[in-house]
Amino acid sequence: MKRRLLLLLPLVGFLLLSGFLYMGLSLDPFQRDSALLAREFPEFQLSTLEDSEVLVDESLLKGEVTLVNVWGEWCPTCKQEMPQLLSLAERGVRLIGVDYKDTRAKGQEFLEEFGNPFEVNVFDPEGDLGFELGVYGAPETFLVDRDGIIRYHHTGYIKPEDVVQTILPEVRKWQ
Amino acid sequence: MLTKMIPEIGHFALVIALLMAFFQAVMPLAGAATRRPLWMAFARPMAAGQFLFVAVAYLCLTTSYMLDDFSVATVANNSNSMLPWYYKFSAVWGNHEGSVLLWSLILAGWTFAVSRFSRNLPEDMISRVLGVMGMVSSGFLLFVLVTSNPFERLLPVIPQDGADLNPLLQDFGLIIHPPMLYMGYVGFSVVFAFAIAALLGGRLDAAWTRWARPWTNIAWAFLTVGIALGSWWAYYELGWGGWWFWDPVENASLLPWLAGTALLHSLAVTEKRGSFKSWTVLLAILTFSLSLLGTFLVRSGVLTSVHAFANDPSRGLFILALLGVTVGLSLLVFALRAPRVSHTVAFSWVSRDALLLVNNILLVIMTVTVLLGTVYPLLLDALGLGKISVGPPYFNALFVPLTVILCVFMGLGPSARWKHMSARELFRRLGLASLAALIIGMFVPLAYGGEWNLWVSLGLVAALWIVLPMVRDLFEKIRRAGSLGDGLRKLSLAYWGMVLGHLGVAVTIIGVAVVSNYNVERNVRLAPGDSVQVAGYTFTMNELQSRRGPNYLSDMAFIEVSRDGSSRSFTMVPEKRLYIARGMPMTQVALRPGLFRDLYVAMGEDLGDGAWAMRIQYKPFVRWLWLGALLMAAGGVMAVIDRRYRLKRHQQVPLPASSTREVPV
Amino acid sequence: MAVIRRGLVVLVLLLVAGLVQGAVEVREFADPVLERRYSDLNESLRCPKCQNQAIGDSNSPVAADMRERVYMLLQDGRSDMEIRDYMVKRFGDYVLYNPRLEGRTWLLWGLPGALVVIGGIVVVLIVRTRRRASARQLSPDERARLDALIKRKRPE
Repeated sequence: MKRRLLLLLPLVGFLLLSGFLYMGLSLDPFQRDSALLAREFPEFQLSTLEDSEVLVDESLLKGEVTLVNVWGEWCPTCKQEMPQLLSLAERGVRLIGVDYKDTRAKGQEFLEEFGNPFEVNVFDPEGDLGFELGVYGAPETFLVDRDGIIRYHHTGYIKPEDVVQTILPEVRKWQ
Repeated sequence: MLTKMIPEIGHFALVIALLMAFFQAVMPLAGAATRRPLWMAFARPMAAGQFLFVAVAYLCLTTSYMLDDFSVATVANNSNSMLPWYYKFSAVWGNHEGSVLLWSLILAGWTFAVSRFSRNLPEDMISRVLGVMGMVSSGFLLFVLVTSNPFERLLPVIPQDGADLNPLLQDFGLIIHPPMLYMGYVGFSVVFAFAIAALLGGRLDAAWTRWARPWTNIAWAFLTVGIALGSWWAYYELGWGGWWFWDPVENASLLPWLAGTALLHSLAVTEKRGSFKSWTVLLAILTFSLSLLGTFLVRSGVLTSVHAFANDPSRGLFILALLGVTVGLSLLVFALRAPRVSHTVAFSWVSRDALLLVNNILLVIMTVTVLLGTVYPLLLDALGLGKISVGPPYFNALFVPLTVILCVFMGLGPSARWKHMSARELFRRLGLASLAALIIGMFVPLAYGGEWNLWVSLGLVAALWIVLPMVRDLFEKIRRAGSLGDGLRKLSLAYWGMVLGHLGVAVTIIGVAVVSNYNVERNVRLAPGDSVQVAGYTFTMNELQSRRGPNYLSDMAFIEVSRDGSSRSFTMVPEKRLYIARGMPMTQVALRPGLFRDLYVAMGEDLGDGAWAMRIQYKPFVRWLWLGALLMAAGGVMAVIDRRYRLKRHQQVPLPASSTREVPV
Repeated sequence: MAVIRRGLVVLVLLLVAGLVQGAVEVREFADPVLERRYSDLNESLRCPKCQNQAIGDSNSPVAADMRERVYMLLQDGRSDMEIRDYMVKRFGDYVLYNPRLEGRTWLLWGLPGALVVIGGIVVVLIVRTRRRASARQLSPDERARLDALIKRKRPE
């Protein structure tokens, strides 16, 4: 009897493994949470895209729930994402942009062409703020609560349906 | 007109092949269960027919590539009219659809070979073996037809030209690497089928092992060569000189190799001593299961790998179902039908039996370790415990010590006797050789590198620990035979196969140890006229040139290399290509291979002012990695040509269907 | 269907992009030990953007940024541990190829060792029972059949 059970062991092990593999099929190995969740928005001091004389820092994010969107003129997905961001701004969500690894001229051109849903755009030509945020490709979007704590992170393209299904509920949750 | 129909002919041939595979699976298995010779007689003709029709389908697909038929989706996505013909030929398997078809072709080929070369097998045995292989074939052909049809058309809008084959795959290594690898993966289906047939028929005797062993050895040899080719390809093509990355796809090929290695040894024990029967059968099932698991991991997209195919969840689900049915059923059969009466064959602490037992357990632990590290990120993710990565530092930390332990026992094995010997006798046989291994291994690195390195020493001791006792054993055997000629003639090919195989392991270990620790790498800026010294060689850039290839543009640097203190010099030409169709840059490495060192120059970025970034590497003993693998494979093949496997063809010894027959030799 | 197929084509291209070869950067080190540590760190940190590549093997922009930081931090005199923590703080545990020993990884690090111990016990148990068992003698009949079966000289 003991031997019988022993002989079943490989089958049990295999079934267990297949269960995990089956679960793995519905997981996206590229989807990961930001390491900054539940942590304070990193310190920074950079000029705005609009005016190189105006310096802004992390205090920009205190006091109101804010969506921080990292974008760049070089990023094609960012262009497709703009209508969604504009509609979020229309619904009263406060948006701040981070123009990531870009030139001032191109960044401004981008906003003129695709619209500007952002209250302010932080100009990050070297990608320093992006690095602090753990950004590894634009667009990426962070939700920051009124105390300046990062609460939600969206990697990549915000699809039209994401606006109502995920982003707005997250914003409401922290408002 | 007919050429326009080629893809449809191929598609149709696949459907017929699937039907034949289905009959090849069902009729003989049912016939063997109900003892109907007529039904069993389906096995061989169906195997031949299936092979023929899969071959026709494969030929049709190849023809579509050769004729640049861009109405076929796979051709449009993976070929281009400018592509040289031999890459069109190999582009067939440079993508998911074509490679599954190649897999099916090779499976059908192995099945056909089994049906041809097993004429003397009892009818019920061969029926079951071919039946099981037919089941696997049916699964894969169904997979091709349902989810991965390579003949799918892009109609009515036919592209003007194809998207081209990924430049990384436009390479000689990639022409032969996948077929070799698949020969190995799929080859293990034969021993798997033999194992299931033995379980179903209740026949697990010495004759069974003798039928199964040659197939296992050949498949293992192919897999060994396939893995080595993959490593070699990564080394010179990916452009950074690494040869093993512990990437999930590499691990997927290593898993069946490790299990297969355990199986080779376990089969030896079962044949010679009649013991470890259930274990051998389990290993046979496990080895092929790991081949299938590898297929799943590579093609389902559950893991991130640099080598992954474009993924489609429906494919992943299909392979998982295939895996579940094949492996689940066979493990169930194993649990229900494994030999009930476990009889014990006696052996003592100091015996080849005991050493091979340790070998098997260690190899299985290594297999589990690699599997664990490969799927662990997936397990955590599935449990919602976050994303982690498991990479080279983890695998090296565990694999190296396990290999060292394995080597300790490997050195003892060949000198030990079956069943029993006194420890004193073993020491007498080994003492001197082992001591020599320790001393030489410790001190040689001093003379070679000038700088003692623990890991190099450890590797050398391990390698010599394996080799020197074998050399001693060889001398002893020749001495006992009287003359050299007599001695050599008396030694069986199986013995030489073992010696070569173990020697191969030692050679690979030396290669790994030395190149990992004495490798020199410098990234430098070179403009025409500049020179730089690396590891005792002077590299001088003479000129830069631009030229145009058939489907790419390239920048080439001509670098003159001379060894310090020597007046002879040679030129190395690294190249940076831009493939036009995909706009993809590619580095063509310049290699100066040698038995004791490779020089390796890769061209980086244009730094302006005519200067380029260059990665120059000195890689001592790197060739030994692959040389060792070739020796291992040669050993595996040599053991098969041994007389006793050929003999079986002429004689058939009637044996009762008993699973507990004991054959101590 | 056509849309799906186009999607697949895009995916193929993305994968290709992930497979591009490593970048070559020329960096100056005052100390060869530092250079060694730099390349070790480059090999043990995973590029967050790529399929499965170390930052030292990838030419994606974020990998280049990370190499730059590693270089700066090394010049700053930071330890390997500090540099790893620095990266983890920004990119998560995902970037460590050498996972840290913690609650969720004890199985990963512990199982192989445990298996070696269990394997050792199994070997001892098996050999002890096998040592006691005496080989069953063959009957002359069986011996004859066996000889016919093998038809060869006794192995050494």
